[in-house]
Amino acid sequence: MTTPSEYRQREQSITLAPVEQQLAGHGDEQARGATQELLTLNFGPHHPATHGVLRLIVTLQGEVVRDVKPIIGYVHTGIEKTAEDKAYWKVIPVIERMDYLSYYFNAMAYCGAVETLVEVEVPKRAQYLRVIHLELNRIMSHLVWLGTSALDLGAISMFWYCFREREKILDLFEMSSGQRMHTRYFQIGGVIEDIPRGFARKLNGFLAEMPSRVDQYGALLNRNEIVLQRLRGTCPLDADTLLALGVTGPLLRAAGNPWDLRKADPYCSYDDFDFKIPVGTQGDNYDRYACRLAEMYESVKIVQQALDGLPEGPHITEDRKVALPPRHELATSMEALIHHFKLVTEGMRVPPGEVYFPIESPRGELGCFVRSDGSSKPARVHMRDPSFVNLQATAPMVRGAYIADMIATLAMLDPILGGIDR
Amino acid sequence: MKREPIVDADALRVRGLNARQLLRGGDLEGPNPSAHLEGADFERHVEESVMTTTLEKAVAWARSNSFFPATFGLACCAIEMMSIVAARVDVARFGFEAFRASPRQADLLILSGRVSIKMAPIVRRIYDQMLEPKWAISMGACCSSMGVFNNYALVPADKFMPIDVHVPGCPPRPEALMHGVLKLRKMVQDDPDLGWRERYDALGTEEVVAVVGHQDSAASAVDAEDLDHHTQDTAGA
Amino acid sequence: MPDATGLELIAQELRDAAGEGTVLDTLFFRGRGTLEIDPACIRAVLGRLRAHGYGFLASVHGVDYYPQEPRLGVVYELLDMARVDRLTVKLRVSLDAPQVESVTADWPTADHQEREVYDMFGVVFTGHHDLRRILMPEDYEGHPQRRDFPIGGEPVIFTYNEHDDTF
Repeated sequence: MTTPSEYRQREQSITLAPVEQQLAGHGDEQARGATQELLTLNFGPHHPATHGVLRLIVTLQGEVVRDVKPIIGYVHTGIEKTAEDKAYWKVIPVIERMDYLSYYFNAMAYCGAVETLVEVEVPKRAQYLRVIHLELNRIMSHLVWLGTSALDLGAISMFWYCFREREKILDLFEMSSGQRMHTRYFQIGGVIEDIPRGFARKLNGFLAEMPSRVDQYGALLNRNEIVLQRLRGTCPLDADTLLALGVTGPLLRAAGNPWDLRKADPYCSYDDFDFKIPVGTQGDNYDRYACRLAEMYESVKIVQQALDGLPEGPHITEDRKVALPPRHELATSMEALIHHFKLVTEGMRVPPGEVYFPIESPRGELGCFVRSDGSSKPARVHMRDPSFVNLQATAPMVRGAYIADMIATLAMLDPILGGIDR
Repeated sequence: MKREPIVDADALRVRGLNARQLLRGGDLEGPNPSAHLEGADFERHVEESVMTTTLEKAVAWARSNSFFPATFGLACCAIEMMSIVAARVDVARFGFEAFRASPRQADLLILSGRVSIKMAPIVRRIYDQMLEPKWAISMGACCSSMGVFNNYALVPADKFMPIDVHVPGCPPRPEALMHGVLKLRKMVQDDPDLGWRERYDALGTEEVVAVVGHQDSAASAVDAEDLDHHTQDTAGA
Repeated sequence: MPDATGLELIAQELRDAAGEGTVLDTLFFRGRGTLEIDPACIRAVLGRLRAHGYGFLASVHGVDYYPQEPRLGVVYELLDMARVDRLTVKLRVSLDAPQVESVTADWPTADHQEREVYDMFGVVFTGHHDLRRILMPEDYEGHPQRRDFPIGGEPVIFTYNEHDDTF
């Protein structure tokens, strides 16, 4: 690095290390005997900078955070209990609303678990369609994360740029399933409908311009002075502590551990695609930001490969005990009518057993545990949500940092309270 | 009065003279077009014909076009609420882009997302901290009714706070939420007294903050009928 | 995933090291192995499995096996990142003695997850530094995700019952 200019040298005289309180030595008689106390501050559930209804009890010494205790449960919806009350395929809309930014991932984890229990094979075309939608959802989740995190840091215009791209992705979702969010597109055995005409063309157009858009975001933020000072070197945590805390996803990859379930334990044809896993070096906030930004490029690559290699075939399994028969068969085939009736009124019967199906969601390992007792309703559905486990890493990360760094860290942690509270 | 396109300078002059006639109280089509009123009659005429909106209607127009929504995103509907701030469905077209974080500065609470039993007292407290006049939109199915989840953990918003507009959907499209906000705007514009206190039979429950140093003892003795006007005028200022 | 024989070998090793009653049952289902163990030795078992290479505790969650006894189950999902191996460890406690030793000291990730199991099912984790409710309000009574806890909710009002006095 070249010698910094005089201006930069003057800047460097201000250190950003947390200051130890020293009241003595001020020369003031009163100050010499003064005591200090820690301030406990409530970052209430209603706060513009906590991402959702997260309550933090922060213990401060001046501006330095000494401890933080998260209190959650403010959007607890009883999703797992509701899921026990519904037939297997009716659980999908309920379970999608858990981690509300990555709804396809929730559905994928659950459908994967039930498909493992039922031992049904998902056709190749359905797997590729699933990958397309999953990776588009990953891009969309990262876009919302980037928009709201930059908003927290003060780069307000990023919000509009990111949401501009998000609208394009939601247009694609609306084209394939009719809904922007919570599309219930994934069903047990495949996807509910094949993609319509024009979807491939629109998707190609989106993929052609998306890398340049991510370049624009990088050009705005990567070497921005304020972003560097707020994110570079703040709140690092090493990979071993993160592993002990159960943290996975971009947080772990930013610390140097390249663990990604798409590569380590491929599911849903991810091993057919060629993509890289971005890994950071220092594990600080800047690496977390850079990892997610780089993941957007990789997801674009995956979608392009999936779209180019999309095989022909059925979009859902042919097993009529699991998937609804196509409507035109109902007029001609008696078995199809009976299957349709049984599936709609009672639901499918799933052999008894317990299964845990983990996938890689934008926030880390999202696992779905389904216990079946042989009836048509699940006996227990539990989602191992990545944000719930990653939240435990907040306290080790921000101890000793300034309160502004805590805001930046919360933003880089990417918590989604719907997943945390379920 | 019909609008006619101006074809020459003479037509413009004639129109100006007609307007002056109207202001003075003359009736253009009547028997005496050049009559004009004096004094108190003139005042009343001006109030009725020129200022065709009363003061309250003007205030309602101003209030409805400048909602300050509170940033109150709870769950998935919050993402769609963020979408209305974004560029495609732009809430700034209508003047509502100033989302205030502090409830003291906000007057519209867009309750977006599911209200759990732990969150309900906090929502109520935030709503109480907002100053009158205030409105609430219940966005999405979960707070309007129980939504997708009809279970032990949720509370529909109607149970603990008054809601003016319910926007259905799960989540409602940003255009649907915009439609709900515009409906609320129309409600406020058309009938400024259609506040929740009238609908929920809560008239007389307002608190009037005493104005320090007010010498006039008569003004401090307000009764229930005048309370609405007082609170609306002082709090809306 | 350890295959069926690998699972039996692990189970045998645990029995040899910590006593015959440690591993109550082994199950190999859909390509994954599950060990059902005696609730008293959970910390020791997890420690031995960590020595085996299963160094990542992915999930701690509860299950209610009502009406089978013992009713409350706690499931630990382990992951070996080096060999990409998953193993499930299960234990079951009854409602009259729902104490399980907390593993938070060895596995910090279990902190919030054990609190959730306590909140939802009522399993008391002894040795946990801060066992209180995490998702429900602090003064809530009852453990919602037990099978006999009613699902609750509001009655849906249709035209035929909208004038009933039951609401």
